[in-house]
Amino acid sequence: MQLSTRHLLGIKNLTKEDISLILSTAEQFKEVLQRPVKKVPSLRDVTIVNLFYESSTRTRFSFELAEKRLSADVINFSTSGSSVSKGETLLDTVNNILSMKVNMVVLRHSASGAPHFLANHIPAAIINAGDGINEHPTQALLDAFTIKEKLGNLNGVKVAIIGDIMHSRVSMSNIYLLTKMGAKVTVCGPPTLIPKYIREAFGVEVNYNLKETLDWCDVANVLRIQLERQDQVLFSSLREYNLAYGVSKNLLDSLKKEIIVMHPGPVNRGVELDSDVMDSKQSVILQQVENGVAVRMAVLYLLSNRTN
Amino acid sequence: MQVLLSAEQLSNCINDLAVQLNKSHSNLNNVVFVGIQQGGVLLANRITAVLQKLNSTQKVHNGQLDITFYRDDIRKEILTPDTMNLPFDIENKTVVLIDDVLFTGRTIKAALDVLLDYGRPAKVELCVLIDRKEHRQFPIQADYVAKTIQTNRTEKVKLIKEEVVLITQ
Repeated sequence: MQLSTRHLLGIKNLTKEDISLILSTAEQFKEVLQRPVKKVPSLRDVTIVNLFYESSTRTRFSFELAEKRLSADVINFSTSGSSVSKGETLLDTVNNILSMKVNMVVLRHSASGAPHFLANHIPAAIINAGDGINEHPTQALLDAFTIKEKLGNLNGVKVAIIGDIMHSRVSMSNIYLLTKMGAKVTVCGPPTLIPKYIREAFGVEVNYNLKETLDWCDVANVLRIQLERQDQVLFSSLREYNLAYGVSKNLLDSLKKEIIVMHPGPVNRGVELDSDVMDSKQSVILQQVENGVAVRMAVLYLLSNRTN
Repeated sequence: MQVLLSAEQLSNCINDLAVQLNKSHSNLNNVVFVGIQQGGVLLANRITAVLQKLNSTQKVHNGQLDITFYRDDIRKEILTPDTMNLPFDIENKTVVLIDDVLFTGRTIKAALDVLLDYGRPAKVELCVLIDRKEHRQFPIQADYVAKTIQTNRTEKVKLIKEEVVLITQ
């Protein structure tokens, strides 16, 4: 089995088989991470650059750890303290790095489509670690892996994606992935944060009522309010947002069944999620982070022979 | 396709290997048996089942090992990994690696690399069904062999379900 693609630019252009292959390979890497020596030699002849044009904690550490546990050589790049501040373009920066014999590029960028642009211009394998408001494919893969681990499969699972759908690349990738794998998706949030034609365009349901949505779902994937991407007032205050769309322990306890609560991080405690929900046993936020390393190892491993 | 060992001959070989292993390991508490994916796992399951019958008082430990992430030809083709399952500690134990066919020795070299990432066994032994001795590329020999055969380099020898077959391309 091989992936149908040379790059991981988004979930949009993956097949169902690609997704299944990544998830089943990740299961084997999760076993590697339980061993006394949490490292395999598979990528010891591969050099990877992590290019982060936008801030990140989890994703950057997770990729770096995944690369090191595959024995790859790793170089890290962030825009502060680099020649980007002197005006070097993305393509020039990457070509300069590639001339030092780098095989794979992990890119995070605030411009949607930046990894797609690079893939058309350079020979290395590109992995999208989040581009603007477009996609964050490895996040969706690790979310799916976590759901599968908890519930056994994805087909027929009811997933609610709650919050700032409009500005969220995590929601885009999750919607592509979950609908491809046969899960049912409902998006929930204030009307100003949900794109108008999302139902027609992506085959998901829309519900503006949080309680109803939570009563329906098996899994609630709660998104961060992305204040840095909002250039106009889309809700009146964080406090009001919390009252209408914040997930609280009381709300969870009032539901008919126990649901799983996910969040891609970083969490605004007391805004989209209350502190006691985050720390409750229904929350799988830290398992998501743990699974992220195994899933990224699978992606890097499966793309590593397509680098020439 | 030519049958090298029929189902009956295979059963006899497995019994012989189990008897040999039983004779050389008086205390099975310090021994673990590890089959290499995929043919070795089938074989290990059958050998340990016989061993368990011969030793009803002691538990026979059986695990599965996958070498996919440790292959030395990984750039030729990315293969999908099989399950890895060692549900016991190998530290200071005798590990008996079990594989269906010993050919170039590269699989065994990779399997030793995998094992050492799990701990430091006191001793590692190798038990194989078929030895294709003249094609060895590494200095690796088996401690228990059911059958040594002469083959061409390009031929394939495989354990398929109940039989061992020789495939000529």
